Amino acid sequence: MSQDHLEHTVEHKPTYGIYILVWLVLMMLTGVTVAVAGINFGNITVATALTIAVIKSYLVLTFFMHLKTETATFKLFVGVALLFLLISIALLFTDYSFL
Amino acid sequence: MQNNGHSVSYLDYKGKHSGILGWILSTDHKRIGLLYLMSALLFFAVGVSLGFLIRLELIAPGRTIMDPQTYNSLFTLHGIIMIFLFVIPGIPAVFGNFFLPILIGAKDVAFPRLNLLSWWLYILGALLAVISVFLPGGPADTGWTFYIPYSIRSATNVMPALIAAFILGFSSILTGLNFIVTIHRMRAPGMNFFRMPLFAWSLYATAWVQILATPIIGITLLLVTIERLFGVGIFDPALGGDPVLYQHLFWIYSHPAVYIMILPAMGVITEIIPVFSHRTIFGYKFIAFSSLAIALFGSMVWAHHMFTVGMSDTAQFIFSLLTFIVAIPSAIKVFNWVATLYKGSISTDAPLLYALGFIFLFSIGGFTGLIQGALSVNMHIHDTSFIVAHFHYVMFGGTGFGIFAALHYWFPKMVGKMYNMKTAKVGFWVLFVGFNTLYFPMFVMGWLGMPRRYYDYLPEFHIYHLLSTIGSWILITGLLIMAVNFIKALRSKTTYTVINPWGGETLEWTVPNKPPLENFDVIPTVYTAPYEYKDNEEVLSESEILTKEDN
Amino acid sequence: MSTVAEHTIEHVHRDDIGSRLGMWLFLFTELILFGGMFIVYAVYRYTYQSEFHLAAKELNTSIGTLNTLILLTSSLTIVLSIVAIRKNNKFLSVFLQIVTMVLAVGFLINKYFEWNIKIHHGLFPGSEILLGKGNGEVIFFGLYYVMTGLHALHVMIGFILIEVMTGYTIKGRINSTNYVRLEAAGLYWHLVDIIWIFLFPLFYLIT
Repeated sequence: MSQDHLEHTVEHKPTYGIYILVWLVLMMLTGVTVAVAGINFGNITVATALTIAVIKSYLVLTFFMHLKTETATFKLFVGVALLFLLISIALLFTDYSFL
Repeated sequence: MQNNGHSVSYLDYKGKHSGILGWILSTDHKRIGLLYLMSALLFFAVGVSLGFLIRLELIAPGRTIMDPQTYNSLFTLHGIIMIFLFVIPGIPAVFGNFFLPILIGAKDVAFPRLNLLSWWLYILGALLAVISVFLPGGPADTGWTFYIPYSIRSATNVMPALIAAFILGFSSILTGLNFIVTIHRMRAPGMNFFRMPLFAWSLYATAWVQILATPIIGITLLLVTIERLFGVGIFDPALGGDPVLYQHLFWIYSHPAVYIMILPAMGVITEIIPVFSHRTIFGYKFIAFSSLAIALFGSMVWAHHMFTVGMSDTAQFIFSLLTFIVAIPSAIKVFNWVATLYKGSISTDAPLLYALGFIFLFSIGGFTGLIQGALSVNMHIHDTSFIVAHFHYVMFGGTGFGIFAALHYWFPKMVGKMYNMKTAKVGFWVLFVGFNTLYFPMFVMGWLGMPRRYYDYLPEFHIYHLLSTIGSWILITGLLIMAVNFIKALRSKTTYTVINPWGGETLEWTVPNKPPLENFDVIPTVYTAPYEYKDNEEVLSESEILTKEDN
Repeated sequence: MSTVAEHTIEHVHRDDIGSRLGMWLFLFTELILFGGMFIVYAVYRYTYQSEFHLAAKELNTSIGTLNTLILLTSSLTIVLSIVAIRKNNKFLSVFLQIVTMVLAVGFLINKYFEWNIKIHHGLFPGSEILLGKGNGEVIFFGLYYVMTGLHALHVMIGFILIEVMTGYTIKGRINSTNYVRLEAAGLYWHLVDIIWIFLFPLFYLIT
């Protein structure tokens, strides 16, 4: 059942480079968020900020947290958790968005 | 794990610690299961006593034995203790812990130390809840639902109760976490998901709800605590907060919580029915998937507890619709159980009686849930005794009877003793009659307008309350008969060595009674699905019926 | 008659995938704990849009941005420390873990100053000045303190976790063939980072 204790599926040879690259992208995205916030587009600013936050989280999840190299089970789990949160928010807002 | 060729039972095993430390520091899932059992039964007894007192007060209008403040605290405590200390952990933490590893052919759960921590947190939370009763200020009187604004304003010990519930939530989360990893990683060779016993499936679905839903009440209760301490204004209407938002957050957990309560009980029933019908379960995959469906849809119906607070029409419509939908997978299970029984070779032993009782009582509870889910009806019966009857039918008639069924089913395996079957059946019938006498009148009087959580009432409701209180005495008698039966069995000197008294076909019936520490001398390889019952005659002749002198 | 055999379980069950799976499940509970708070934020933001906008002006965007960059960098250093130990570079791994902890402390110091300034200006729950403002502003600051406070608590917990891992790494209990515990601590730390990734724009950038 647990033959290979380590079982990091694809990643046999770890490298530093990819993480530094992702970090640079994260830094840059932060800069974009702050810059956009200075310009007042109203709701678009909020949407942009949240979208960028989602992208940053995706990068952290996929690369820093190694979700990319884990088995499908892990990805399914994350999906289930996010789905629960999203459904709860959506259903809750049916009470607030409508009369 | 051998001594002179015989495996030592988990009860006799001597590890690093001995005596009581050998129990409260044990990471053996079987001992932890028993620790949970003993604590849960203790709190159940306390909860029953509180219920007894509540019913005594309500036997007649006006004051009977207590003042209104005490009454409010009693039903608050009754709810907190029963829900958080008995019904939620009752099956997963007791029978799940004891049997899940054995059912899937494993030596223990994935994280044995976390398992022990889970029990310690349970005890810590329980102690805090008990202490809150005796601290100055008196026990909380808000109802177990801690609704805003009263939970912020009440001068009673609301905070210890909130913190206790928070800690108990952690206990529940750890159990769920452990079970998911155990099921994913520790099944025996050959046991794919669809060869797992259905009790394991129910625990799996439950575990997901425990992990995802519990943190919501964690943060909600934390926020109420912070509100009481610092007045941040998050819920307090005086500061702009929204009390209805509190209710949303509270029920986003507390509704799925009832599925944490019922799914494992349904799993127990699914284990028992095929065995006592000597037939394979009807619709294995439907039952497995219906557990997942209940967990999913059950997370989407919470606001049906709030139909009278002034939500948007859209929200009310959607939640009512979803409430009707969630009944479907439950109904599927009932159909499948009945279909399994049909033309089976029925053995009417105590475990089956309790399972049948479950089906009957849960069905009534489920139907009345649908009645409540209809918006127009809900306006009239919300916050009446009707609701109280409904949830007692599902939580007590459902999960409670599921716990009793599990006890009667697995008792010989857990402790290597056997109880008196006749006494067990008598106990069941007394309990069943008492239960219906206690709770059915509540449907009627609730329909006629009797409010819930009311200390006093109009004379027209007296007859129902009188009947109900008498029912409580009959019910308690039934519980006592059951308890005495088990205690006598435990104290009996006769060891019960029949390892498969009921003719079950899941893995726990292949290991000795009082299983050894690591459950299996050799981890089995599994080739078939459970409950196959290919040859009824063979199975029937192999199982022995108890004929010991001592009973 | 031999005594009852005193057995300790010699084979300690090791399952790295199971350990990581367990950690992810725990992270879900943290995600939903904060998710609940974000739900509360969303509802009140929707209800008190202009007052939130007004209240957010009191927050210092520069400190917030700096803290964001600090946490993102600390996420980098912790994941690099895992690469380092896998390549058997114990010194580098320990060094990177320490850098992570220094960055965590930096974050907390910034947060301390931030809170201090606000409390100095009389903007804290229950204060007269705050209660004199509109309900929406009261709730904004209530949410601000609770959410950033809860987050800071998790930064502290993460700090302690990493400190423990550093100890293990130095002693060799975490090494190139056994590093799942460091991974688990790293996962926790990344979640702390992700929470801040959402907190930052929602509190600091809505002016």
